[in-house]
Amino acid sequence: MNNILNHIGIENYIFLSVILFCIGVFGVLYRRNAIIVFMSIEIMLNAVNLLFVAFSTYHQDAQGQVFVFFSMAVAAAEVAVGLAILVSIFRNLGSIDIDNLKKLKG
Amino acid sequence: MDTTLALVLVLAPFAGFLINVFFGKTLGKSVSGTIGTLSVAVSFVVSLMLFMQVNATKTPIQIALFDWIQVGNFKVDFGFLLDQLSLLWLLFVTGIGSLIHLYSISYMHDDEKMHTFFAYLNLFVFFMITLVVGSNLLIMFIGWEGVGLCSYLLIGFWYKNQEYNDAAKKAFIMNRIGDLGLLIGIFILGAAFSTVDFATLKTALETSNSVNPNWIVLAALALFIGACGKSAQIPLYTWLPDAMAGPTPVSALIHAATMVTAGIFMVTRMNFLFSLTPEVQTIIAVIGAATALVAATIALVQNDIKKVLAYSTVSQLGLMFLALGCGAYQVAVFHVITHAFFKACLFLGSGSVIHALHGEQDMRRMGGLKKVMPITYITMLISSLAISGIFPLAGFWSKDEILMTAFHHNIALWVIGSIASIMTAFYMFRLMFLTFWKDFRGTEEQKHHLHESPKLITIPLIILAILAAIGGAINLPGNAWLNHYLAPLFSVAHQEHVLGTTEYMLMGIALAGGIIGIAIAYMKYAKQGQLPEEDAQITGFSKVLYDKYYVDEVYEFLFVKPINALSRFFRDYIETAVSGFVFGLGKATMVLGAQGRKVQNGNIGLYLFFFVLGVIAIISYLFLAQ
Repeated sequence: MNNILNHIGIENYIFLSVILFCIGVFGVLYRRNAIIVFMSIEIMLNAVNLLFVAFSTYHQDAQGQVFVFFSMAVAAAEVAVGLAILVSIFRNLGSIDIDNLKKLKG
Repeated sequence: MDTTLALVLVLAPFAGFLINVFFGKTLGKSVSGTIGTLSVAVSFVVSLMLFMQVNATKTPIQIALFDWIQVGNFKVDFGFLLDQLSLLWLLFVTGIGSLIHLYSISYMHDDEKMHTFFAYLNLFVFFMITLVVGSNLLIMFIGWEGVGLCSYLLIGFWYKNQEYNDAAKKAFIMNRIGDLGLLIGIFILGAAFSTVDFATLKTALETSNSVNPNWIVLAALALFIGACGKSAQIPLYTWLPDAMAGPTPVSALIHAATMVTAGIFMVTRMNFLFSLTPEVQTIIAVIGAATALVAATIALVQNDIKKVLAYSTVSQLGLMFLALGCGAYQVAVFHVITHAFFKACLFLGSGSVIHALHGEQDMRRMGGLKKVMPITYITMLISSLAISGIFPLAGFWSKDEILMTAFHHNIALWVIGSIASIMTAFYMFRLMFLTFWKDFRGTEEQKHHLHESPKLITIPLIILAILAAIGGAINLPGNAWLNHYLAPLFSVAHQEHVLGTTEYMLMGIALAGGIIGIAIAYMKYAKQGQLPEEDAQITGFSKVLYDKYYVDEVYEFLFVKPINALSRFFRDYIETAVSGFVFGLGKATMVLGAQGRKVQNGNIGLYLFFFVLGVIAIISYLFLAQ
């Protein structure tokens, strides 16, 4: 069976995914620039997508890949909205440092 | 036609009340007083018309207005019962009421709240009529509570004096104790017979054997407690003397002639119940006799002219209950009527004296008034002779009937009643001699202003004095109109006294007792010119009497203080604990909220950190759970 998983084991994909996800998490936690935070969230999302695809191939089931298409489409829409919000914030505050976004403080 | 008349009868004073309460101030004093008087006079005329009708046809008028309460098979109609008893009561309530309203126009003219006064008086008459004409116990109870309320409002009419307010509260609370008894009685009867209607109850009580007789005794006893409260009998009498804090017309109307007789009305109305319970009748007779004696002894030494009359009222009410206890309802009713005449006259006369002396009520500061106030003097003299039981005035006949009934019932009751009567004669003439004879003992300034009261005050006095003189004619021995008139009401036929030697002897003794009482008073206060001692000099048994046997103090110690202590305990401990808990809950929430608020600091980094922490927590939980 011509399967890429025969060459590179499924565990490698899982490791890569986890590493990507953790990079995303740390990016969200440590960076203050809203765009970088945003990118980190995208990395987490794609880590999950990667895992989906890997397991889809592993189980010989196309459902996972179909799901990823959905996920990417939704993510694209989300990015569009998110970036629009960021632009709007920048216009209002002159900065996209998330530490400055304390207007909603209780 | 009858329905319309009955509604006019009941609602005329209420209309007077509404007009006075809403427009009284704008209408001015004279108009307000006239409206108040006219509205009661209308009721009097209607009562007279209905009375004529019932007296001729001998059939009670029953008016059903609407269904009031219907629960299961318990049904209460809202209706009026205009029978011989209620019409008799209406006649003197509205009749004397009109006279006293007339009197008040002049008496209260200097009071800035005269329209309020007339509003309350009208409201009182309205409730009194409701009490009397109701066809069942619940409607009577409405009136019963209403007159209590008006009594409270009028005793505390001069509300700026805290003592008067206390007297009003005392009257109201004492009455409430009695009212509770009345209510319990109504509940027992309602539960036992599924009805509170007088006519239905009467048939049910006379025919049914299914009800435990103990319940009937209990109901009679509870109703009597209600009567004790309203009619100022031992042990609930102490409110009535204090009620003299109200304006004098109020004392005359409510606390002498009408409201305090409501207890006697109720017992007479429920005579079919009391006739079945001889035990309760004995209690009524004993309490009546005891009240008559105790109140008479207190009245011997009082120096406030209105206090003497107040204790005299309590004592006379005691005599009426004595008659009720002996089962002589018509005799009690007879005394209620004659008493209403002469006691209203006495109170109004004392009001006339107080008016002339600008508020002085202490008899030690009066004297010599017969020269300047001849009309007041003569009318009060006639009434005093009547209350002392001097032939042939009204009081002689009614009191004699009571004593005669007591004599046939139990000699001890007769002795007590006779002693009370002698005392009555003594303290009434003590009052007369101290007030009207000898020389004036007040200040020079008062002496300068002494005057006979205006016509509006003297006319009611004269009318009442005439009634007090000839009122006995309605029930003379041998020509007992009242007995025949009331006969349909009673299940047990009244035994007419056959006028034999014993009866004439009893009359003679009663008359002699009255004359002895007057003679002692004459010797002491008119001939020797003695004066009651000043408060500080009163010693010995007089002191005990002057301080009313310390009953108020005993009640204070037995009931008021423990209840106050209990309420203080509740205030200081229970309420503190409960409110501490409730407020504590609120405070804890506030503190928690203040802490939680710090987390919401708007730092997105922190939010994200917690978010990740949460995700990690969920994931580790899922792993651990497996």
